[in-house]
Amino acid sequence: MKDFAVLFADLDGTTKTNEKVAALKKYFGTVSHGEAAWAVYFLTGRRIKQLVKSGQLARWAVDEAKIPDWLFDECYDSVGDLGETIALILPTTEAHAEGSLDFWIEEKVYKLRGASELTQREIVVGAWNASSDLERFLFNKLLTGAFRVGVSQQLVVKALSELSGIEPRVISQRLMGDWDPTAEFFEKLIDTEGGAGELSRPYPFYLAFPLTENETLLLGPAANWFAEWKWDGIRAQLIKRNKEIAIWSRGEELLTDRFPEIVEEATGLKEGVVLDGEILPFKEGDVLPFQLLQKRIGRKNLNKKILDEIPVVFMAYDILEEDYKDLRDEPLRFRRERLEHVLSTRDKVASQQEFTQLQLFAPCMTQLSPSLRVSPTMQAESWEEMKKIRDTANAMKVEGLMLKHRESKYGTGRHKGFWWKWKVDPFTIDTVMVAAQPGHGKRAGLFTDYTFAVWQENELVPIAKAYSGLTDEEIRKVDAFVRENTTGRYGPLRTVKPTQVFELAFDGLQPSTRHKSGIALRFPRILRWRFDKKVSEIDTVESVSKLFKEKARD
Amino acid sequence: MSKALVTSTNSGLYCPQGDFYIDPWRGVDLALVTHAHSDHARSGSKCYLTSEPGQHVLRARLDPGANVESIAYGKKLTIKDVTVSFHPAGHVLGSAQIRIEHKGQVWVVSGDYKTQLDPTCEAIEPIQCHTFITESTFGLPIYRWPSEQDIESQINGWWQRNKEQGRASVLFAYSFGKAQRILSLVDSSIGPIFVHGAVHKLNEQYTTSGVTLPDCKFVGDLDKKADFKGGLIIAPPAAFDSPWTKRFGDYSSGYASGWMRVRGNRRRQSIDRGFTLSDHADWNGLLEIISATGAEEIIVTHGFSQPLIKYLRETGKQARGFKTEYRGEESELAIANEKLAEAYEEDLEKPPAKEDTP
Ligand SMILES: [Zn+2]
Ligand SMILES: [Zn+2]
Repeated sequence: MKDFAVLFADLDGTTKTNEKVAALKKYFGTVSHGEAAWAVYFLTGRRIKQLVKSGQLARWAVDEAKIPDWLFDECYDSVGDLGETIALILPTTEAHAEGSLDFWIEEKVYKLRGASELTQREIVVGAWNASSDLERFLFNKLLTGAFRVGVSQQLVVKALSELSGIEPRVISQRLMGDWDPTAEFFEKLIDTEGGAGELSRPYPFYLAFPLTENETLLLGPAANWFAEWKWDGIRAQLIKRNKEIAIWSRGEELLTDRFPEIVEEATGLKEGVVLDGEILPFKEGDVLPFQLLQKRIGRKNLNKKILDEIPVVFMAYDILEEDYKDLRDEPLRFRRERLEHVLSTRDKVASQQEFTQLQLFAPCMTQLSPSLRVSPTMQAESWEEMKKIRDTANAMKVEGLMLKHRESKYGTGRHKGFWWKWKVDPFTIDTVMVAAQPGHGKRAGLFTDYTFAVWQENELVPIAKAYSGLTDEEIRKVDAFVRENTTGRYGPLRTVKPTQVFELAFDGLQPSTRHKSGIALRFPRILRWRFDKKVSEIDTVESVSKLFKEKARD
Repeated sequence: MSKALVTSTNSGLYCPQGDFYIDPWRGVDLALVTHAHSDHARSGSKCYLTSEPGQHVLRARLDPGANVESIAYGKKLTIKDVTVSFHPAGHVLGSAQIRIEHKGQVWVVSGDYKTQLDPTCEAIEPIQCHTFITESTFGLPIYRWPSEQDIESQINGWWQRNKEQGRASVLFAYSFGKAQRILSLVDSSIGPIFVHGAVHKLNEQYTTSGVTLPDCKFVGDLDKKADFKGGLIIAPPAAFDSPWTKRFGDYSSGYASGWMRVRGNRRRQSIDRGFTLSDHADWNGLLEIISATGAEEIIVTHGFSQPLIKYLRETGKQARGFKTEYRGEESELAIANEKLAEAYEEDLEKPPAKEDTP
């Protein structure tokens, strides 16, 4: 694992992109294909199933370091990362991790599977004793499945592309979805010929950036933009090639067998088609809460009852491939035309009505429920008019609008400027902080993840967890507050004196069995720290529910 | 139990039997100073007493005209009812542990100290005593320092590599103590060495005090178009991210501090390389010195004091804390951002770099 540790140190030891790419090229050019495959696997954020419980690792480390448990906890609090804490407290060695990365995974990590505790301990402690601080840290990260480096998938793709001479987009596409990190995989990844095995692979998803009110002014005439509803579902690509149908989520999960009604509907599509869209729980012409979709996905067994209770649709808004031809460089207005054509000419169209009714409210008004639909586009002459459309979002049960430039290509990743998400103004409430947990990554060691509560009768009940929205300086102050006002400790979580009021924004409500309040906020984030407010003045469960109902009715 | 020789007061640590203060943070009549770091040596007292090797640095850091007396290491001096002597603490040039003896009782106030070797100051000598007053800046077992040779080769290797890539290396380090220690361990055959004004000023005091340092060019003496490629620039953390660094072009940044042992501390600062180099004792160093003093009672002043106190108690020692205004190595960063230091005294690092926007 020595080479991998050197790569890690090189990546970690610079903030400059070109140096990171250079380090990656050097590494991929030297190590075996088996090792390279594993490195790509981890560097692109994939993980292996955790085979040893974190608590157990901590216990063995405490024994090896010969320190009391409470002192380990203090260290963990300060470092904020278990794998790193363990690496830092173990007795120092002069050793270096001999053997390749694939050897370490296959001959050490995988040997933990199903082994007795004693054997597991022997393997793990043996590995610790045979490696340096940094190698131990990496080994722990691989074990706990929480490996993160300051390198994006794009950089890995760039390095592999420069090394192999293959276009970055081909590499990205080959990296999508499920694959096994084997030497064969890596060889195919950098194979200039291209293989047939990638037939069902999706394209990298093009993402939109959030847009604020004032920024609409920067977008030029409203007439240049298509608006679509911003659906609250699962972003997915529906692929039909060679009579095979595949549904991929943006999280690169293959979801085909989760949505039989969409697959059935898609059999009517012509060959060589890739659609981009949103999977929504949808019944009798109405969008159901997102939570129901989660519930359905969670079911191992899709019986008739659940299919009836929570039907889904694929709301298509883009076409990336037609007749096996990549359309991503065509302008959006052209792709939309093709999309409507491809869907309306499919073999099994539920009703021609669907396409004549594609007015503003069409998807919701139609009583038909074909499982494959076109998400309508809307146009406006002015931004005021566009805002009016956006403000009907709550009634539509969507989060706002997507704004897409008529001439936009289907880009890769976060190519900024052509696709925007324009959410409706959020709900805001006042809450009090009741607990905090240390953050991870850049903010390890600082208390950055907070739990907020509102009143229910005479009791404070948690309603949301949030970690974004404060300035760095505020985070420091909150961190100091937490340390000085801790009332209890539960693992890394600390409860604190409920005195600090924070204004939260959120996008919606959903029932929660996890929270005592019975409700949970969707996308809660911190708006500001309200020094001026007392705990007695914060919201109640009732006022929060009421606010939501009122606004949703507008 | 016999009477305390040192108590904690609003003005600082006080010895009633000798009627003097040690490292007071308010003006007093007589201040005994362990070392010239700003949290230990403050202006406003009528008379200062420090170790002989530390006198030049202390004078340079106090208000001009301050009344500074000095005494050789190990030499005994009677102040009222007590006998006082200064002993090397190994922290920075002139740093001392102050030994106080009264009717057979011996207390030692150690100020800041380290056990690693440092060519720019005398090595620590553990002093036998009944009560030992210690810092605990790095009082957690995660803080264990790599060897001096390791750090030396890391820093030289980094500089060498940057030089080969035609870039300057800017190493941020506290200007008093850390900067000179780095100068003493870098390989000056790699390339030219430059220093920031704050470091330059201290280097002069070190040279006056007889410490040999390699040749360094003061950046302020050079014209705007000077070429820094392949050079090593030593600057205080306060200069990090300031317009002052623009002249070095495309440089690699490094930071030398004990805090760099933990990855998150470095990542939060957006620094390329962190070097775990501290002028404070690490966990093992603290335990080693505490045990070598043979003290029955340990009083902890600053840093991770609670864990150290609890740990010592579990190993059968008497231990308690003193509330002080000393800030340990954290102060290096406090100076980098005064405003932040006011807002939040405990954690004085530079604010983390903005999270990448999603
Ligand atoms: Zn000091
Ligand atoms: Zn200090």
